[in-house]
Amino acid sequence: MNGTVNPTELAENPPRSQSKPWFLGSWTILVYAFLYLPLGVLVLMSLNDSTILSLPFKGVTLDWYRLTFGDRAIQQTLINSLKVASSATLLATGFGLLSAFAIYRYQFFGKNTFRIALNLPILLPGIVTGVAMLAYFSDLGLELSLLTVILGHAVFGIPVALGPILTRLTQFPRSLEEAAYDLGARPGEVFRDVIFPYIRSAVISGALLAFTLSFDEVVVTIFLTGRDNTLPMEIWGRLRTNITPEIAAVATLISAASGAIVVMSQFITQEERS
Amino acid sequence: MTSIAPPQRRTRRQAGLYATLLPPLLWMTLLYFVPIVLLISYSVWRLEAFDIVKEFSLTNFQTIATNSAYRTVILRTVFTALSVTAIDIVIALPIGYFIGCYGGRFRSLLTLLVLLPLWSSYLVRVFAWKIILGYNGVINTALISLGILQEPSSVFLYNQFSTTLTFVHVWLPFMILPLITAFERLPKSLLEASADLNAPPWTTFRRITLPLVTPGILAGSISTFALTMGDFITPSLVGSPSGIMLGNVISSQFGVAYNWPLGAAFALVVMLIVFAGLAIVLKQGALEME
Repeated sequence: MNGTVNPTELAENPPRSQSKPWFLGSWTILVYAFLYLPLGVLVLMSLNDSTILSLPFKGVTLDWYRLTFGDRAIQQTLINSLKVASSATLLATGFGLLSAFAIYRYQFFGKNTFRIALNLPILLPGIVTGVAMLAYFSDLGLELSLLTVILGHAVFGIPVALGPILTRLTQFPRSLEEAAYDLGARPGEVFRDVIFPYIRSAVISGALLAFTLSFDEVVVTIFLTGRDNTLPMEIWGRLRTNITPEIAAVATLISAASGAIVVMSQFITQEERS
Repeated sequence: MTSIAPPQRRTRRQAGLYATLLPPLLWMTLLYFVPIVLLISYSVWRLEAFDIVKEFSLTNFQTIATNSAYRTVILRTVFTALSVTAIDIVIALPIGYFIGCYGGRFRSLLTLLVLLPLWSSYLVRVFAWKIILGYNGVINTALISLGILQEPSSVFLYNQFSTTLTFVHVWLPFMILPLITAFERLPKSLLEASADLNAPPWTTFRRITLPLVTPGILAGSISTFALTMGDFITPSLVGSPSGIMLGNVISSQFGVAYNWPLGAAFALVVMLIVFAGLAIVLKQGALEME
């Protein structure tokens, strides 16, 4: 086949056209079904008029949602989770932005090591971060609380926020910045009026990613939480003791809310780019 | 501010470097690097009569190496992580190909649909598999109503199969996403050239497509592998009681078993295995940071 091809042979075997992606298309549909099957089951279970979180399906009820809205423990832990996730996101995005800037702008000794080291919390399993910080805080005599959870989440949030910000920064046309300086802008003004608008969508998506990961986090939280619990910890506790369809209702509500936020943010950033 | 002399400019650059580099570096050092170093020191300390003896010894590693139950746990964890990674690659390749090459204007929508399940509670997604695979679960109900089974079967849940299946499901988006990016970047002209030269589709895939998307496969693999290596939620919710993994051992040593030095030694084992995987991936140039 690698030798010369004579014209007659070419006429007999016309160049292969790429086959229609039937197989790929059906495979894709199957994978989506697989991805969404557990979610569908959960939504169904949250409507099930039965006291156990299992089949058979005994009819539709909204009681579990009513119960969820009146559940004090769920409310309290939801508030805790929102507090933890927003504080951790603020810290992580701030430090992520600073380190992205240091990496993008400056040459310094050990830059590559710095970059890899910053990514360690997401390259290594969460349990390593969890037990390492637990041992550290206990050696320092720091009592475990929501604060230690925030510190833990801010650590793995930094690489999460750094990723998209740095990717966007490296695409930034340096000439724009030089032009701003030539026109007499101060460094602060250059950042605020020239660079930041360019990377804003990346900062938003990095922050959003850090927020949702923190909001859903269990493995690090288990080791760092004190008396106050986050919502996933409350769910974790209930999954092992009293399992009612209320958990499914809680999960459905969280999924719907975070799904809506993600879709909205996607919409905003897309609009901005076009 | 209008005319800047070079020396001043240099000091300003220095100040800028310190202002951006030092805060994150200090934060990460105090809250992550020092704790990791402490964890490593714990692994060479030992527990004697409920007290941690802070002297160098390899007792914990001896325990791990000589205890056959621990060796089994390590092997089971690595085996599970490798099989989950391999299965995810097989599932993700065609869908990555489809979205990356044929997605067209629906590409970002299709990508978003892959991402969305990640935003529903991880715990609950794991638990959902319990509802699907359990005794009164979706599969049993379906098989009975189809007449394939006479009574519910308990073979679907609490074993290696349910553990692997759940892991495959929860980490799948982490494998699909880098593959979509990899297929997006694939130069179509090369595929056309290969087809023009009369290469069968399979040859084109093996000789052209696969080598070019390997960085994406490796990037997805390292996430999937590392996430499985450290997880203890999935094995404790859907796994068999005798099928515990390294994550379960670590969490119990830092919890009820209360042997932090031994737990730290196990955490070090996990770190070393993940680093070994990372080294292989870096050698292939997958995580090249442009």
